[in-house]
Amino acid sequence: MISEVHDSPTHPGRVSDTPPDGSPTHVPLAQKWTTHKAESKLINPANRRKYTVIVVGSGLAGAAAAATLSEQGYNVKCFCYQDSPRRAHSIAAQGGINAAKNYQNDGDSVHRLFYDTIKGGDFRARESNVHRLAEVSVQIIDQCVAQGVPFAREYGGLLANRSFGGTQVSRTFYAAGQTGQQLLLGAYAALNKEIHQGLVKMYSRTEMLDLVVVDGHAKGIVVRDMVTGKISTHAGDAVLLCTGGYGNVFYLSTNAKGCNVTATWRAHKRGAWFANPCYTQIHPTCIPVSGDYQSKLTLMSESLRNDGRCWVPKRKEDCGKPPASIPEEDRDYYLERKYPSFGNLAPRDIASRAAKEQCDDGRGVGPGGLGVYLDFADAIKRLSEGKIRERYGNLFEMYEQITGENAYKQPMRIYPAVHYTMGGLWVDYNLMSNIPGLHVLGEANFSDHGANRLGASALMQGLADGYFIIPATLPNYLAGQKPGQFTSEGPEFRAAEESARERTRRLLSINGNRSVASFHRELGLLIWDKCGMARTREGLAEALKKIPDLREQFWKNVRVPGSGDSFNQELEMAGRVADFLEFGELLCLDAHTRDESCGGHFRMEHQVEGEADRDDANFSYVSAWEYTGDPGKSKLRKEWLDYEVVHFSTRSYK
Amino acid sequence: MAVSQSSLNLTLKIWRQAGPDQPGRFDTHEAKGIPDSASFLEMLDIVNEGIITKGGDPVVFDHDCREGICGTCSMVINGMPHGPKRGVTTCQLHMRSFRNGDTIWIEPWRAKAFPVIRDLAVDRNAFERIQQAGGYITVRTGSAPEANSVPVPKDDADASFAAAACIGCGACVAACPNASAMLFTAAKLSHFNLLPQGKPEADKRTLAMVRTMDEQGFGNCTNHYECEAYCPKLISVETIRQMNRDYRNASARETAGV
Repeated sequence: MISEVHDSPTHPGRVSDTPPDGSPTHVPLAQKWTTHKAESKLINPANRRKYTVIVVGSGLAGAAAAATLSEQGYNVKCFCYQDSPRRAHSIAAQGGINAAKNYQNDGDSVHRLFYDTIKGGDFRARESNVHRLAEVSVQIIDQCVAQGVPFAREYGGLLANRSFGGTQVSRTFYAAGQTGQQLLLGAYAALNKEIHQGLVKMYSRTEMLDLVVVDGHAKGIVVRDMVTGKISTHAGDAVLLCTGGYGNVFYLSTNAKGCNVTATWRAHKRGAWFANPCYTQIHPTCIPVSGDYQSKLTLMSESLRNDGRCWVPKRKEDCGKPPASIPEEDRDYYLERKYPSFGNLAPRDIASRAAKEQCDDGRGVGPGGLGVYLDFADAIKRLSEGKIRERYGNLFEMYEQITGENAYKQPMRIYPAVHYTMGGLWVDYNLMSNIPGLHVLGEANFSDHGANRLGASALMQGLADGYFIIPATLPNYLAGQKPGQFTSEGPEFRAAEESARERTRRLLSINGNRSVASFHRELGLLIWDKCGMARTREGLAEALKKIPDLREQFWKNVRVPGSGDSFNQELEMAGRVADFLEFGELLCLDAHTRDESCGGHFRMEHQVEGEADRDDANFSYVSAWEYTGDPGKSKLRKEWLDYEVVHFSTRSYK
Repeated sequence: MAVSQSSLNLTLKIWRQAGPDQPGRFDTHEAKGIPDSASFLEMLDIVNEGIITKGGDPVVFDHDCREGICGTCSMVINGMPHGPKRGVTTCQLHMRSFRNGDTIWIEPWRAKAFPVIRDLAVDRNAFERIQQAGGYITVRTGSAPEANSVPVPKDDADASFAAAACIGCGACVAACPNASAMLFTAAKLSHFNLLPQGKPEADKRTLAMVRTMDEQGFGNCTNHYECEAYCPKLISVETIRQMNRDYRNASARETAGV
């Protein structure tokens, strides 16, 4: 395992206890990626077939990586828990994908996309990775169009764009309100092409339970066949985790029900550092919670904020009135008031906090006063209902199905909800974690979005990592490895498999009297309350005390019905919730340790007129946590962020 | 603005089946005090939680995104795939579509090509095999031309998108009296075949996907159009016409050796 320390060039006296990111240091930022590719190792096409690459997850990052590595000649095994790779949760992304194409001739460039992303991330992302992301963005669009992704087009037949939060250009490519599905179908098609030729072996309904580390290198995984219950191991020369984020630690989130932290958490327990877990994104435009039975929250695309205006009544006593009866002068268009230059397109963290602020002030609308209006009346007057239907028809329908309300006739009610997690496993410039051979892509890593992600950047990152970055950087690791060194018969494999079996047996034998879901809900409520949109030192300390108690309760009193050798959804969920109960503690520990506000991490103690008050002198580092046997006593390593090009500034959207 | 909240007492007749080769039966479950703003799957969550606390085996059903896009959920409700509302998946169906005292029959997709795994969950790998046979445009990553170098008429792009909206849930098969997969296969073909990028391989793709579809044990189309009626994404049977035309032309060219 790598563990070197180095001085931070731009923070005198500060020492990073993570290794350097590995990007070239002898060239300016804008030339790093080109130089790195030129200096990277290569593997002869005839030798690539001898290497087996294990890809866990089949969303944008996983499917793109599996397909591309297979095209290059590697032997690929790809795993997903869904019954088809097409169902990975990237499918649900609505709004779009950013790229610095500058098709609108409105002043966009690679540099501007890079800068917007760094600023949007509140100066807590790594410059080298983000610049590369902006560079690669243009190729992604080319690739997707060639695959047949049916992006929206102008009448002349060329690609259309729209604008998204946190930017002042139109650089977002989209396919109505289902850009994620169309991009995933593209990557899925590429994957199918390789499966058909027998070059990728696909394992669906298969869940990763552990990572196998041999001599300090990631060499395999333990999986469970979710239909038969069979636990087995797979050996490979490198492991790629493309397993998404951990938003479901909050129980209620916009994630799919199956999304979980197990793969990354298990890798963490095997030595991989978990970086910045407290950077979680609360999306401002979701449908409000309607009751205790609620199982998930539904997002309404941020693109709605292009035409919808957020408001609440100016006076508390107007909150219960029908919105149409509240005259213009009694409405508070709070985003336009507070952020006149970005208005309704303020970035997500800012728009979410602003909504919470209005509701905390007693001016929220709908059940429990936990909602604000998103009103399309002006846009309908300006453009016609038909035009709005053309732009957002499916979103309006979705809203009506869930709430029973027609948003063409009355404003939508929205409230923030957990949507995306910027934190993830620590990776270097090659996307390799501190465990050699273990690479982490997409939402599962920490690298590109800092403390807040801008809209339409998740799809960009997943595909950048999968199509263009890992295929260029993986050989840097593989070239030093003799292919096929280990088989799944080795002692490390046998031991990891046995420990997964033992854990399953243990879960099934507790036979208590509470359902898995009841523990998950309790954990989620606690974390939403103490580590959600606003966090305090005391609240976090309380959560840090309560989570271990809840975990203990779980292991004493959970009831997991059925057996291990059958299709058992409660057992699957129990394993995932057990991991959330450990991970949640690290999340709160990170939030407690980061004694500043930045991006999605808002500490009530650190604010200036309601805005996040960053502390660059003391906290402009990546927190990389090392597992020590107890999540509450994890060891903190710091990677100080050295900015060459961007200068720290107060992030203002006013 | 208050959201109406009333609750329902329901009788559920749910298909229970321990495995693909086991016999199945309808079991009766009472669902009490279900809020009408809950989704259909949340209603089943409530029922399952009750079953678990009483020491029973919960009802197995496939679900994931719960927002109508992943295509995982798959239930026939009162004889209708995804239930009584048009253009929605089971997870988007809300209990306000039912009345207090209703009896609701819940079954899995029924088709030879979709064997039951357990209770309401079925194996849809036949769909995977159809797509693997040709559901792609062969382009190697890195070799793509500049995205705007090929203009695509907006109408073609929109028609391709409308077909590509298919979420691969299988409701079309479950709705069809012949358990035909023609709407699914046609939607996948139209997505690619309507775009200029998809033209070079259109014949090969059409022949491969249609033949694989036939091999999987799906029935044939006899123009009932139940598929279109129950498709949660409202895919049009027009795609089947396009597929038939493309298949006829491709096989004629194949026979003629051109």
